[in-house]
This record gives sequence, C-alpha cells and structure tokens, in this order.
Amino acid sequence: MSREDYEVIMGLEVHSELSTKTKIFCSCPTTFGASPNTQTCPICMAMPGTLPVLNEKVVEYAVKAGLATNCEISRNSKNDRKNYFYPDLPKAYQISQFDKPLCEHGYVEIEDNEGNKKKIRLTRIHIEEDAGKLNHDEFGGGSLVDLNRAGVPLIEIVSEPDLRTTEEVEQYLKKLKSILEYIEVSDCKMQEGSFRADVNVSVRKKGDTKLGTRTEMKNMNSFRSITRAIEYEVDRQIDILEEGRKVEQETLRWDDVSGKTFSMRDKEDAQDYRYFPDPDLVAIKLSEEYINQIKENLPELPESRKERYLDQYKLSQKDARIITSSKYLSNLFEEAIAECNNPKAANNWIISDISRILNEKEIEPSQIPFTGKQLGELIVLIEKGVISSSIGKKVLEELFKEPKSPEQIVKEKGWVQISDEGEIKKVVQKILENNPQSVADYKAGKEKALGFLVGQAMKETKGKANPKILNELFLEELKKEA
Amino acid sequence: MDITKLTVHELKQKLDNKEITIPEIVSAYINRINEKEKDVQAFITTSENEALEKAKEIQEKKEKGEITKQYAGIPIGIKDNICTKGTKTTCASKMLENFISPYNATVIEKLENENLISLGKLNMDEFAMGGSTEYSYFKKTRNPWNLNKVPGGSSGGSAAAVASDTVPWALGSDTGGSIRQPASFCGVVGLKPTYGLVSRYGLVAFASSLDQIGPITKDVEDCAILLNMITGHDEKDTTSIEMEKIDYTKSLKKDIKGIKIGVPKEFFGEGINQEVKDVLQKSIQKYKELGAEIEEFSLDIAQYALATYYIIACAEASSNLGRFDGIRYGYRTKEYSNLRELYKKSRSEGFGSEVKRRIILGTYVLSSGYYDAYYKKAQQVRTLVMNEFNKAFEKYDIILTPTSPTVSFDLGSKSENPLEMYLSDICTVSVNIAGVPAISIPCGVNSENMPIGMQLIGNKFCEEKILNVAYAFEQNLNFREKYKPEFKN
Repeated sequence: MSREDYEVIMGLEVHSELSTKTKIFCSCPTTFGASPNTQTCPICMAMPGTLPVLNEKVVEYAVKAGLATNCEISRNSKNDRKNYFYPDLPKAYQISQFDKPLCEHGYVEIEDNEGNKKKIRLTRIHIEEDAGKLNHDEFGGGSLVDLNRAGVPLIEIVSEPDLRTTEEVEQYLKKLKSILEYIEVSDCKMQEGSFRADVNVSVRKKGDTKLGTRTEMKNMNSFRSITRAIEYEVDRQIDILEEGRKVEQETLRWDDVSGKTFSMRDKEDAQDYRYFPDPDLVAIKLSEEYINQIKENLPELPESRKERYLDQYKLSQKDARIITSSKYLSNLFEEAIAECNNPKAANNWIISDISRILNEKEIEPSQIPFTGKQLGELIVLIEKGVISSSIGKKVLEELFKEPKSPEQIVKEKGWVQISDEGEIKKVVQKILENNPQSVADYKAGKEKALGFLVGQAMKETKGKANPKILNELFLEELKKEA
Repeated sequence: MDITKLTVHELKQKLDNKEITIPEIVSAYINRINEKEKDVQAFITTSENEALEKAKEIQEKKEKGEITKQYAGIPIGIKDNICTKGTKTTCASKMLENFISPYNATVIEKLENENLISLGKLNMDEFAMGGSTEYSYFKKTRNPWNLNKVPGGSSGGSAAAVASDTVPWALGSDTGGSIRQPASFCGVVGLKPTYGLVSRYGLVAFASSLDQIGPITKDVEDCAILLNMITGHDEKDTTSIEMEKIDYTKSLKKDIKGIKIGVPKEFFGEGINQEVKDVLQKSIQKYKELGAEIEEFSLDIAQYALATYYIIACAEASSNLGRFDGIRYGYRTKEYSNLRELYKKSRSEGFGSEVKRRIILGTYVLSSGYYDAYYKKAQQVRTLVMNEFNKAFEKYDIILTPTSPTVSFDLGSKSENPLEMYLSDICTVSVNIAGVPAISIPCGVNSENMPIGMQLIGNKFCEEKILNVAYAFEQNLNFREKYKPEFKN
C-alpha cells in the first residue's frame, strides 16, 4: 500500500501565554527576557508556607478567548494540581485545570486558498501556570534554574482530532493566533515560546472508522518545524504499519536540527500526575453578568472584519482574508485609510510590497516598525504627485529601516518628483538626441521604443521625473519630429 | 511575685499599673527558660538576646507614647512551622535544619504589629505529623507534669512551654488535633479556630484544607486575647474568610444558663480511658449545675472521620511536601550522579520515617486507579461529616467530648506503632474535617496527676460561644490553682 491509502488524523494542544502584566498566582511581572530569577518572589519560588492567589485578569482573558472561539463558559470551575517532579517546577505540582475547565465545546473556522471553510472543534480551554526554564551550563556541566517564567499564565487550547493535513494545521494555528491577537489576550510570539503547539498524530487506512494509535509531538517552535515534524511522523507511522508492526502511544520530542522525532520517556516511566483539586484555591464561580459584560466588550473579530472589508471597501475575498488574518495588518490597513481615504491603494501596498518585505525579512506583521498613518501619508504623497510610485517603494524600504514621516524621508533623500515641464523637456531632448535608433524604431511603428526612452529619462532623473508629464512630452516631441 | 506564673491579662494589668516593665518580663522568661528548658526541651531556637533588645526598645517607645498597643512587649513562643523572617523555621525536620524564611507569616506580621516579642521557635512533630512531638528531628520534648511522658503533638513544644511557664502563651497549628491534644496533655488551653478564620499564609502546609493556626494559653481569657490578634481576612490566603472582626473577650463572662450542650455517645465508648470518662462525666455534671442543658445524642458519622482524615491529610501532604526537593533550599544529599538520584537521596535522607510514611500513603490514595476508592470517597464522607455537624448544631450550641481518649503516655510507648499513635487523634479529627472550631480546656487530672482535657466544639465562626462556655467552666473549676505541673522524673 502507498502513503495515499492512509488518512492522517491530528489534534492540537496549543499553549498560549496570556499577556497579563503579572503572574497567575503572585504579583511578579511577566516581562520576557529579564535576567534569571529577577522576576520572582517567595510565592513563585515555592517557598514553604506561601499560597497562590488567582489573578482575576487571567480568568477574564481565558473567558475572552473562550467566547471568541464559540466555547461554552463554565459557571463553576476550579483549579487542580498536576503533580510531578522537575527542577523547573518549584512546587512539584503545576496548578492547572483537570475536569472542570473554564471553557468547553467551542470551534474555530478555517479557510483554504479557494475559500473552502471547515470547522475545527475545540474540546476545551483551561488556565494553568507556566514552568521555569533550565539553562544547561556548557562549562560547569550543571543546569541552572531560572524561575522568571514560573507562574506566567497560560491557556491551553485543546482541539478535537479534526485536522487532516499540514495545511489545515497551519491554517488552524494562524487562525487561533489571529483571534488571540485580536482580543488582545496573548502576544503569540512563537520564537519567544509564548505560543506553542503540541501535535497529536495518528494514521489509519482510508475507510477505517477506528482511530489509530496516536503519538504526541512537542518542541516545534515555528510553523515550518510543525509541518516538517508532522510529515516526518506520518511517514514513520506508516512505515511501522506497513511493516506490520504497531505504533506505540508515546510522547516524542521534535529535533529541528536532525529533522527527527525522539521518544521522550519510556513506558515504564509513564507519568501519573495524581490530579486533585487544589485546596489552597477557592472554586471559580462566574456570574451571567460577568460573562455577558466580557461578551459585550469583545472587539471585532477577524471574521466580521473580513465581511466588513468585502462590503465597505470592496476588497477581493483573498485580499480581505490576508489582511484580516493579522490584527496588525488589519489595523495598519485601517489606520492608513483614515489618513489617505484610499482603500484600494492601502490594500495594494499591504498585499504586494509589505507582504513581500515581511517574507524577505522573515518577520511577522507585529514587527512592522512604522504606523498605518505613515503608510497613509506615503499614499497621499504619491496621489499628490510629490513622488512617483517607484520612489514610493523606496520610501517604504526606508520606513522598514527607520520609521519616520514619509515626507521627511523624501525631503532628506531629495526624492521630490520633478514636475517642472521646462526641466523635464531638457531631459527629453537630451535622451532623444542620444538615442536616434530608438526614435527611428518608434517612428517605424515600434511602440515599445517609447518605453525604453521613458526609462532612460527616469534613469537620468533618478526616478524623480513626473511620469505623466514625461510621457506627454516624449509623445509631443516625437510627433514634432515626424 | 513570679512573673512567669501570671497570665497575659494579669501581666497587662501589672504593666498598666507600672508595677513591672517589659524588660523585667522578658528577663524573667529568659531566666525561666534557662532553668526549665534543659528538662522540658520545648524550644528548637531561642532568641533571648533579640527579645531583650526588643523589650528595651518597646519599653522606651511606650514611655514616649510612640507605642500604644495594649499588649506591647508581651513575649510569645511560635511553633516552628510558622515562617519568621530572619530566624530559622525548621518544621523540626532535617530537611529545613538551616532554613531561614525570606518573609513573615501573616500571623507573625500581626503579632509584630501588636509589638509582641518572640522568645523563640517551639518544637513539634516533623512537619506537624504526629501526636507526641517525638517525631521531631532535633529533640524530644517532655511533659512538664511528668518528664517521662510526652507533651502530645504536634504542637508539643508550644503546649509544654506554656505549661512550664517558659512562654506566657504560644501559637500552635492544628490539622487533626495538633493544638488541642497537646493542650490537653499539658493541662493548658488550646483553640483550633474555624477553618478560614486565621490566615494560613506562612504556615508551612501539611494539609491545606485542614490546617489552622491557633492559640495555646494558660487560660481562656488569654486565648480570647490572642485569637483577637490573629484573626481577619488576608488577601494572601483566598481560603481566609471576609467577615466583620469580633472581639472575643467581650462575651466571655456571659451567663451560660440555658446553653444547650450535646454529648455524642460515640465519644464516650470503647477505647476511651475510664478515668478520662469519669472526669468528663463530672465536668458534664458541673455544666448542669451552671444551668446548661445537657443532652446525649449520636454523632454516628464520627467513626469514619479518622480514616477520612488520614486519607485527605496524607493526600494533600504528599503534594504539599513535593517542594522539598533539594533544588532551591533545604537539605540536599552530598553525592548524586543524576537528577533522579538527587531527588531520591535528598528526600530519603531529609525526611523522617513518619513523614515518609504519610507521603507514601498520600501518593497511593491519589494514584490513578485508587483515587475514586480513597480520595474521592473520603471527600464524600467529608461532606457527610459536615452535614452531621450542621444537623447537630441545629439542636446544640456546643458539642462536648474528651479531647483525647487517654492522658499523656510514656515517651517511646507509641512512636513505633503508627496506628496506635493515629488513634490518639480520634476525638479531634472530625472537627478539622468539618472545618468547625473547638477548644480544649483542662477539666481535671487522673490518679497519676496527669491532666485531662475537655473538648468544646462549636458551629462555624462561633468561637465567641465556645470561649464563653469554656470560661464559665474554668472559673468554676479553678484548675490552675488546684493542680500544678511537678516536673517529676
């Protein structure tokens, strides 16, 4: 049998750090990148006698996430202890939620490039605390514990096994990320580990109704490595089945360098987390009023923004989807329009040039350094004829380097468009004199020659000549010579 | 005048009348410690010098009017599982032999705010697990009434120190009887408050849903005074209750005529020592004379309380004690070749046998496959126990029982037999399971002059009533005048 005879079944567990100012059970700051153990206190260091106090913002953010993903919100919820020993887990238990998560039974809708939609069901969203970090000392041979991250709030979003392809997985993750960014509960920075996905994968022969044995993969820190890991694991599982062996249920660690998965622990070591309700924390009770208030204050979500763009700005389905896929792109778009009142131009800049530069630089929309207002100003400069659109592209490159007002950039660089007819005429005449062959070609009916001549003139003026005037003057002069 | 024989309310009066000074009080206690500590062994750490310094400072400030707190300068002893910044908090364990807490427990902050002076940290069973204080890693505390006998536990150091007048009063902690049983063994007063009345922040957790800090004092009035100082909602402990502050000294002297006292017959049956029963019966008679209405009833569910208690307490303990892993603080084994070995050896060497026994038990009852049969079942029984108590309190103001089935026993007589040791909690554990308050007050002695304790249980947040009923009895019996510890060998 071949690979095509198999169906891949995947479910995801996404951990997303919530962007609260303080930790989930103490008032330490959550800022990323501080010196080791500087953002700690007796509580998150698990000093004897300390007690956790639940940060209400964490509940609010998780409820927001639940409402934005069509979940039912539990009126009665609680925290449970997940017990295991590891040096990055100072209490030797993680406070999480076991059988009464805050949110259950939701879904998110994904869409492929052809606009086909699919619902991915969410089993649950629960709140929990992050663990610290181990820094393996390359010189001393030991490991050093950094507890800055210990107690940073997380939500874990667990999907049903509804995903079938790597494309769907990527669409699903991007959609989740986009929703969490829109409702401003998480920064979703994959490279900082604030948005991580574990993938449960199993395969079965097409037509089978029973699920195959699944493995869980961890340690993928980009969309690319998720795709690679899935492809590797699917091949591995199919090979095992083709050889007549059985897939073992286990947790695997993806190694990005070797491009392989490795078993994290053997069966004998199977963890029993001994979950039980945390007696230090009271039950979480949410009123209808509280939930409704969060619901009412939920910002516009990508789906409805997209509909609005189709309707209000007449964007194409595809463009509207790309722009609204990121809160940052979408906000950039709206800020630009507020400045220039030209949705079509703003759309084009974002879809073509800005997207291209993001790809080239391998950065995310959140890292765009300039504002939508500045993009709007750039558009206005082109509209007014102060610069040409080709100069506009150069201004954009500058904006990525150092965000300041486009007008100032143009001024400093001396990129103001030449619209003085007398000046342009001199250039036109010079180009005509220097290129008799092209003139002759044009007169012989080769219209293309005009383009060449215009190009030469642009080169001469370093792109600053007003292209409209330039064109007219060329035509005028060529006619005269006829 | 022997300062150390006075109660705190008596000391206060002498201070108010300027008959004595704070440094005089503290010096008297230091002398008493020097005299008695070698026999009683109640302290793990004494802070005599610091106490004396502080006494002078507070005396000065008081004279200048900078300090106006009523009980400023009164010394106190603290059980060694309550975190005190800057001094050792060992929990009587090798694991925390050199541990110094970076912060103060909320109750310590409150006492400092009252300008009380700590004389030191008191011995206990390791991590508060035990009923005789013999499971301390450091020393065995003796019962001041008979130095061959145990002071009870786990707050044995606190009770023995109060009984031997080396502190005027002390803080203990009670998870299944750890304040009341030693108070009963040492002939002093001990109160376990309603769960949630006193902040647990800074109390090294044994069983979080059962632990409460409470006073151990010479008499009921002192008990009310110390309770006043430590109660109140704490935003650092979400299980602490928000409620209006009560002055527990206010209704001490109220007449108890017409008070309804229920006597559960299950607490007077098999396993309860005859002399204990006899003294308790006499006490019940006394209450009748004081005008209380006594009625026998059945608290059937109590027979399941001990098993329920040991499942819940051990389960929580197994998780709470996970943090003692040798990584950040506390004992770490000398040699290890990998992480697993570091954990295994540090915990094997750092914990005593009783603590390990309870961790193993707790780990077992929470394990998958056993959770439903043990932990879940225990929680269900817990609900039943609460319901039974609720029902009883519809009829009675107070439930009266012995505090312990026996008087204090000989050192070494039970420490090798855990089950027998566990049975000494039989009268006290259901109170923690139900989350209600209870006091133990001395009600007499047996033929060997060993004190017998009476337990008065009240409904949730009815400490005022308990103290009132206890006070009436105390005034009538005059235990402290009639009986005295003899420090006999």
